[in-house]
Amino acid sequence: MKILELLINGLSIGGTYAMIALGYTMVYGIAKMLNFAHGDVIMVGGYTMFVMMSLMGNPILALLCATVLCVVLGVTIEKLAYKPLRGASPLAVLITAIGVSYLLQSTAQMIFGSSPKMVNLISMKPINIGALRIEGYVVVTLVASVIIMTILTLFIKYTRIGRAMVAVSEDKGAAQLMGINANAIITLTFAIGSALAAFAGFFMLVKSPSLSNTMGAMPGIKAFTAAVIGGIGSIPGAMLGGILIGVVEAFSLSVESIAPYTDAIEFLILIIILLVRPSGILGKKRREKV
Amino acid sequence: MSNTVLKIENLGITFGGLKAVQHLNLEIKEKQLYGLVGPNGAGKTTVFNMLTGVYKPTEGEFFLNGENLTGKSQELINHKGIARTFQNIRLFNNMTVIRNVLVGLHYQPEFKCGFFTSVFRLPRHFKIEKAMRERAKEILRIVGLEEERNNLSCNLPYGKQRKLEIARALATNPKLLLLDEPAAGMNPQETAELMDIVRHIRDKYNITILLIEHDMKFVSGLCDEVTVLNFGTVLAQGNTKEALNDPEVIKAYIGG
Amino acid sequence: MKKNIKWNHYLNYIIIGALTVVFSAMSLTGTLSRLSYVLLQNISIAIILSVSLSVVVGFLGELSLGHAGFMCIGAYLGGKVSSLLLPAFGESLINVIISMAVGGILAAICGVIIGLPALRLRGDYLAIVTLAFGEIVRSIFMNSSPESFGGSFGLQTPRYDRTYLFIVGFVVVLICLAVIQNMMRSKHGRAITAIRDSEIAARATGINVTKYKLIVFTVSSFFAGVAGVLYSFTQSNVQSVNFSYNYSIEILVMVVLGGMGSINGAIISATLITFLDVQLQTILTGDLAVLQDFFYAIILIVIVIYNNAPGLKNFRDKYNFKNFTEKLFKKKNNPAHMTDDEAKWNRVPSKILVDEVLSTKIQRDPTASVKPDKEGK
Repeated sequence: MKILELLINGLSIGGTYAMIALGYTMVYGIAKMLNFAHGDVIMVGGYTMFVMMSLMGNPILALLCATVLCVVLGVTIEKLAYKPLRGASPLAVLITAIGVSYLLQSTAQMIFGSSPKMVNLISMKPINIGALRIEGYVVVTLVASVIIMTILTLFIKYTRIGRAMVAVSEDKGAAQLMGINANAIITLTFAIGSALAAFAGFFMLVKSPSLSNTMGAMPGIKAFTAAVIGGIGSIPGAMLGGILIGVVEAFSLSVESIAPYTDAIEFLILIIILLVRPSGILGKKRREKV
Repeated sequence: MSNTVLKIENLGITFGGLKAVQHLNLEIKEKQLYGLVGPNGAGKTTVFNMLTGVYKPTEGEFFLNGENLTGKSQELINHKGIARTFQNIRLFNNMTVIRNVLVGLHYQPEFKCGFFTSVFRLPRHFKIEKAMRERAKEILRIVGLEEERNNLSCNLPYGKQRKLEIARALATNPKLLLLDEPAAGMNPQETAELMDIVRHIRDKYNITILLIEHDMKFVSGLCDEVTVLNFGTVLAQGNTKEALNDPEVIKAYIGG
Repeated sequence: MKKNIKWNHYLNYIIIGALTVVFSAMSLTGTLSRLSYVLLQNISIAIILSVSLSVVVGFLGELSLGHAGFMCIGAYLGGKVSSLLLPAFGESLINVIISMAVGGILAAICGVIIGLPALRLRGDYLAIVTLAFGEIVRSIFMNSSPESFGGSFGLQTPRYDRTYLFIVGFVVVLICLAVIQNMMRSKHGRAITAIRDSEIAARATGINVTKYKLIVFTVSSFFAGVAGVLYSFTQSNVQSVNFSYNYSIEILVMVVLGGMGSINGAIISATLITFLDVQLQTILTGDLAVLQDFFYAIILIVIVIYNNAPGLKNFRDKYNFKNFTEKLFKKKNNPAHMTDDEAKWNRVPSKILVDEVLSTKIQRDPTASVKPDKEGK
């Protein structure tokens, strides 16, 4: 029973990671860049929810506002910081993304201070099924992440825009020749990724209501790890990687002697997977044209 | 006396189901100028990539002076004596012309200089650097770039960049030089110059040359033998005039 | 041939050496304030860190986000060795040298261990693996037992007399500069910059890419380790929290601000940033301290976009630092006629140029000979 409980917890943590990882992987697939600031978009969403909750007290409205703000923020970052660098060296883009991450963190700290804020979005009673005891937020997160990922998969598979996104990630030049507006697709990808980040932020705050300017940094890096493990650029890969990291985290945290090493274990898995299979579990190997 | 320098036996490569090159057999004699021609996408550059270790062939083998180099690493193949130029120029753009050539001289045994010899600035370091510079200038003289040696390579005009690539490849002291479209983008005068340079290289350094080129005047003016590839298979092989006038070859080019 | 000594090659040694002598004299006469000592120590550490990272980022063209991790190894292991040697040698120079060597070598060994497999990866992957490595190292030290490395309480290390510690620091800076500059100004340095410009061409030219990446990684992590040991000497208690990836990013900011591929730039920006850090610490307290991070972030973004944006190329050619200094010194410094070494040291590397050349369709001369395959279409 304990193992089943841990597994469900892990799946729920994994659902959150997968949502963040999707943002990384979609942007990577389409804009071919590591959006280091993605984790900090979560944090901005968190603060928005904090403000909205203290103003109106409605968690759904707070989530909605946070989503809108995150989308605007994500698109703005893309337009101001990343777009001028399209075609520049990947190193330059990555360093800029790191700069943006820093900028968001320090701006948040200037506005809200460095002491953590508490934000209580929703509280739910634990659910008991026989001997199984599951926290309410776990169920909500799990259900929501399954729904979101299903919608996203369907969107990409069956809509024109979704297929255009796949086309741009396969070959931007060829997609443009086919009449696809690649810039619009890139903007849309940032928008979707940022919306997912806002949702992820919501579930993270439901789980632990403490909010600080670095709340997105570590989960962001772990989610990127998840995306890389699953194979960067691959949407099912990001989901798989996120769930894998989540389950590992749940199990690792439950064993007292290895709990402090949880982060280290997750990173170790990343290093091992990259060494064994540099393109990740579901990733495609790209051949450099000579 | 003419030894076989390069021998290719049944070489082939498959990219996930696509047979990019198959059943390639080739023999190139010492000091020969050999042409590899064919329409775009025929697999010519893929052959170069296999011969230089960028791709590992999925079947067949190739031998340089009798030594099997199939599937060896790029640097090892270069050290054994195969050097190349690239179809889309790949110079070290942020370096000067002479530095590009100096990088080519890096692994020459006479310029061996350990890491710590350089870091501690032992006398050997200075001696080697001076000798390398002299050799680099000499090589640049051959391709006519000596005057440009202190310019950044990215500032060179296109034709000179191609020549610099040849100089860099030459610096690695190859037995076999692979030239990938050396005359592309050159004007007729430059092309004529290049033909002289290629012959001169062959004669002075005893280098065997295998080249890919679309300029048929260039090929027929230089090469005595060619292999024509189409869709990864050999269409014709042998004497340049005969091979290029083969009806099959003309059909492949014109699309008949 | 006439042997002419290139003074500009030795200028940075001379300036740093002279300043060290001046400050040592001031220290002996007791005219340096407490703040000056802190400043000098921190500057020497920052210079070592930024110069050693600039080899990886600026010259090899790979991004390492694990520099703080290597520093952490040096700080913990070197600090531990130093405190173990305390009964035998006391706070002597021998103790300093042995523990710095041990810390540096152990960091370098870790550099090899992580570099050997990781250097097969490129770009973003390498960045994230080095970041992961740094976090793993930190987590191991943080959760160590209190007897071994102090765990979450931090490691107690001997704190050396600051009246001479900064001199040791600057001697290490000079050694670091000598090693890295000599390496870069040799055939090995050429091979390293060749890899940055085009890895494929470097391989085809016979350069052993893995070997050189490993050398760069090892040298860089060695000096990061030594800087860590120096850091442990300035603190009575080494805390693992200080070595998070944020610190790696701070070092990266120094390298980027100095201009990637410029060692002197890295030195100047490390000095400047550390100076501001220490000065502002007393002015900006509490939540105001974040203003500094805010401006660093903006400066970082602006500089990278300015230096790399393809759309700003013409702007960049018109208004740049070099044109400015040329006007200032009325010195004709046409890049087309620079000597070999000048060209290399003055140029900020950018892979854009490579990409541009690769992506631009070659303009074929219409008067050139007929291309059969074009007719075929």
